[in-house]
Parts: sequence; C-alpha cells; structure tokens
Amino acid sequence: MGPLQTGRIALLALLRNKLRSFLTALGIIIGVAAVIAMVAIGEGAKSQVEAAFAAMGTNLLIIMPGSSSSGGARGGFGTQPTLTWDDLKAIQTEMPLVADAAPTLRTQAQVQSEEQNWGTSVQGTTPNYFRIRTWGTALGVPMTESDLDSGAKVVWLGATVAEKLFGAGADPIGQAVRIKGVPFIVSGVLLKKGQSPMGQDFDDTVFIPTSTFKARLQPGLGNFLSGVIFVQVRAGEDTGRAQRAITGLLRDRHRLGQGQEDDFSIRNLAEVASAQQQGADTLSALLASIAAVSLLVGGIGIMNIMLVSVTERTREIGIRMAVGATPAQILAQFLAEALVLALVGGLLGVGLGLFAAQQLSEQFGWPLLVRPDVVALATGFSGLVGVGFGLYPALKASRMDPITALRFE
Amino acid sequence: MSRADVTTAEPTRLTAPPPVVALEGITRVFSLGDVEVHALRGVSLSVQRGEFVAIMGASGSGKSTLMNVVGCLDRPTAGRYLLDGKDVSRQSRAALARTRNQTIGFVFQSFNLLARTTALENVELPLLYAGVGGKERRARATAALERVGLGQRLDHLPNQLSGGQQQRVAIARALVTRPSLLLADEPTGALDTKTSAEVMTLLSGLDDITVVLVTHEHDVAAWAQRVVTLRDGLVLSDVEQPPRRPAPDATHPTEA
Repeated sequence: MGPLQTGRIALLALLRNKLRSFLTALGIIIGVAAVIAMVAIGEGAKSQVEAAFAAMGTNLLIIMPGSSSSGGARGGFGTQPTLTWDDLKAIQTEMPLVADAAPTLRTQAQVQSEEQNWGTSVQGTTPNYFRIRTWGTALGVPMTESDLDSGAKVVWLGATVAEKLFGAGADPIGQAVRIKGVPFIVSGVLLKKGQSPMGQDFDDTVFIPTSTFKARLQPGLGNFLSGVIFVQVRAGEDTGRAQRAITGLLRDRHRLGQGQEDDFSIRNLAEVASAQQQGADTLSALLASIAAVSLLVGGIGIMNIMLVSVTERTREIGIRMAVGATPAQILAQFLAEALVLALVGGLLGVGLGLFAAQQLSEQFGWPLLVRPDVVALATGFSGLVGVGFGLYPALKASRMDPITALRFE
Repeated sequence: MSRADVTTAEPTRLTAPPPVVALEGITRVFSLGDVEVHALRGVSLSVQRGEFVAIMGASGSGKSTLMNVVGCLDRPTAGRYLLDGKDVSRQSRAALARTRNQTIGFVFQSFNLLARTTALENVELPLLYAGVGGKERRARATAALERVGLGQRLDHLPNQLSGGQQQRVAIARALVTRPSLLLADEPTGALDTKTSAEVMTLLSGLDDITVVLVTHEHDVAAWAQRVVTLRDGLVLSDVEQPPRRPAPDATHPTEA
C-alpha cells in the first residue's frame, strides 16, 4: 500500500468525524497562527527599532561637554562647555578611526515666517554634519563650505518646521524667516528623517552655519564649543575602540590626571542600538516561545483524540488485521491520520496567521514582515507534532491482538 | 472413515497435493496469572482441498482457540501447523498478517464490516492491503459481490443492508483474494432461519474453496461433508456425513 493510499484512508477516516477532526486540528491551527502572527509582531517591532537607528546615522558617537562642578553641586553633562574647537580639529585630524566629525551648537528659538511662527531648536552646524547623518535636502541646495566661511544668513528647515511655517507641500526656498529677530533666507528644506528611537522628532529643527550661529545668535565662548560633536567612525571599525581612542585623546588634551573624572561624555549609538535590538529580539523570542507552547498543547490535543479514536475503533483495527493488515500498515494508517490532522491544521494555521499578521501590521502601521522560514518552520513543526504525538496512539493500535480487537464491543 | 479415504475418493486428488490445513499435535496454553489454561491439548487434523468441514464443540471445548490458530490470528504453544504445505506456526505477527491476507478468508458471526464504508470498499479492503491496484481491485470486488448476488448493492453502506446481505458482503470480502481456506465462525449466529439457509447455501456452493466452519449448532454443521467435534481441547470425533442439500428454491440467493 503506497503512501498515497495510506493518506487517502486517513483522510476518509478523519472525514467520518468532521467536527471532532476540526476541533482537534483547531489546537494546531491556533498554535501555528499564533507562531506566525507573534513572530510577525516581533519582526515588526524590530524593524521599527532598526529604522529609527538607521535614521540616527550609523557608526555614530556623540561627544557631549562635561559637567560643571562648582561648590560641590555637580551639574549634568553639557552644563559647562569643556570641548574646544581645537578638540574638534584634533578628533578630525588625529584619529585614524574617525571618518568625520561635525559640531552642532544648539539653542531654542522662535522662528517666524511672514504668517506663522514656530518654537523649535536652532542648530549651528557644518556641511559635513549632513554627510555624517546621511541627511539630504528635499528642496533647495545643501549647505556648503562657502556658507560657513561667509557667515551667510541662510537656513535649512526640517520637514516639520517647513510644514508648520509654510504649510504642507509649499516651496519656501528664497523666503525670509526671522530667528531671534535676525532675518534668514531659506536655502533648503531637509528630507524627512522621522523619529529617534526615543520618539523625538528629528525634523522639528532648523540648521544654520556655525559661523552665523556664533556671530548672530550666541556670541559664544571664544575657544569653547558650546554644543556637541557628532563623530562618524570609519565603516567597519569598532565604535567601542574609537570611543576609547577619543576618550584618551580628550583626556590628554584636557590634562586630566589619573583618578580624575572625564569632563565630557561619549554616547555610543551602536551600543544603544544593539541594546534596543536585543530587547526587540528578546520580545520576539518570548512571543514565539509562548506561541510554540500553544502548538505543543495542540499536539497533546491530537494525542488525546488519537488515543480515544484508537480505543473507539478497536473493532475496526481487528477487522483490518484479520483481512491482512500488518502491524506496520496499521501504524502507518494512524500515524497518517495524526499527520494529516496536524498538517491540515498547520496549513489553515498559516492562513489564519498571515491574516492576523496583516491585520496587526495595519493596526500598528508596521510593514508586514512574515518570514518565510518561520512559515515553513511552523508548518514543519506542526507535522512533527503530529508524528510525535501520533506515534504512541499508532503504536498502541499496531500492537493490538487481532483476536481481542475483533471481540471488542 | 480415514482422511486418506476422502483423498482417494476423489480422482482429482490422486496427485496428492499437500492438505490445505495440516495440524500436528497443536497445543495452546494461556497463562492467566499463576493459572495455566490448556485450551488445546494436542490436536492433529488435516483438511484437504475443497473440503467443507464443520468444527463443533461446547463452549470451552477449545473450538474458538483452534479457529484462531487455524486462522493465523494466534500461534500455537507447541505443535506444527502447515498451511498449504507451509509452516506458519512460528511466523512473526507481520508474516501472519500477510498469510491471512493471501491464504485465508474470514466470515464472522457479527459480519465485522467497516461501518460507514460501502459494500464495495469493504470487499476491496483485503486487496488494498495486498497492494492490488485500484482498477483491478474494483473489478475483482465487483465480481465477488456479483458472485454472492449483491451486484446491485455495491454502494450500499452496511446499515442499509439486511443481516443476510451484510453476511454476504462479508463472504464476498473473504472470497475476493481467492484464498485457499475460508474460515467461518458461527456465520449464521446472528441470522434468522431463512437467511441462515441462504448463507449456508452460498457457503456450501463454493466448490472450489476449502471451508472450515466453526459452530455449535447441529443444523448448521449438517451442511458440512465432515464434522470434527472437540472436547476439552482434544478431538473427540471426526466423521464424514452426507451434507445437507440446499432447498431447490434457495440455490440462488435473492436480492431481498
């Protein structure tokens, strides 16, 4: 008897008890659907985190100036400018691990257009900042070195600010805006960057050249850089190593002796990103394992029903044996029934799981991330569950004594 | 009368093929805890090709155990059993299953048809396990059902058939593999007198097949050419008899 024939017999036997077969398969259906939907949720969350970090820029270190400590009260990082423009130059020129570095000076200000105004952060920066953050312009031209050299009163608007001041879809290039009463010409609107992993809107900001910032908005602190430095580590290099190298450089330059605290701090975005990704991975694994447990419960349901079925059909088993079914053929038949139950359940579960994943991704606005390997794995696992939990009942059936089985009422 | 006489009485048997059933000193002991039950204490018996033998005995005489051993459903504790000249007394369970499939057809008191399965599919069942292809299976099962007069009931389910018809489906199932031996265990036990006569007419009309019939009813045993009586696990008597002839109106089973 070929496998096809065995499968047909199994299918016919299952169809004789449609409701029971369906309810048994339901355990597997829900299990497989849960695995697929849960993994899709986990993947969706992970892709959100990844997208957020991709928006931040890759291989980034952020150097913030140190804390002030006056009279025992220690302020937080950034409360006292300790970084100098020479520090920046040193990082740019003396560090082989550093691809690029850019300062940002930051202040909070009201930006006014002719008709609207909007409170946002105004950042003074240099052209390489946009390269480090891979942040292009949607409209207008990018910032250039000559803007920097001339101290031009030109401004680049973040997408959110552009929309607040000029309305969605407007072209504000060449228009004038006032920042702290100083008129600026809009030179560009930046591409939409989205949210930071912490939910901060990257696009709610405007940029002007550092020279203009120092000259017009904040007179500055002479040699001190009153902002932060963005450092791009060379591609393929370890950000941790770069972080240690910069720490050494800055401690040297600031003449900090052994035992003295750093007067600056370096944030390693790669580390933050990997921590967040690990969090997402853990969530993903947790959801998947909960779903796997439900698949296991489905398997136990199959075993239960198959045991009932074997007992109920003792007479049938006796008849089949009497007309010449070998123990192996009986084993194959009941194993096939469990397998068909599990596989049909698994396939229906895949359908249900895909549907659920699609609904969920629409709900959360995530991309639909169904991993084909997970679908294959869940289906394969349900088959394995069928064979695994069907084996004992099938063995029980195959070991029956035909005489006793025939006499069974 | 000796068995040898039976053999020589028929000219076609002169070439002396092996008997279909040859039991030599068969014993069967069941262990029930500490107690040993000797169901068969040394039965020797042979059945020639084409014979119609009834095995009789009170309950506890060992006739069911003998039937199970002869039917390859059970193995003897000691002794030798040659079925069609082949020793089957020490075969594995799987080998016994194949032997049953190829050599033996069963007819039971309670019909033992698969429920919710058509007459045709029930008859096809042994061929399925024999690995016969679908087309041939269908053709042979149809022919077997026609032979027992149920050619018009192929797609009926057991619960749509009368008791006599169900037993005829069972006979068709037993015949479909062209077995050497047909074993009937109280085949009329669940039937009324008229239907019983129909079934017995059918069984006694199977001239080409060796039939061993187990019964405790003398009326039924009367259809056989030879009656073997068991008592306490031993053969008490083994006599030939002129078999009962079917009534003229019962030679062909009706569709009713």
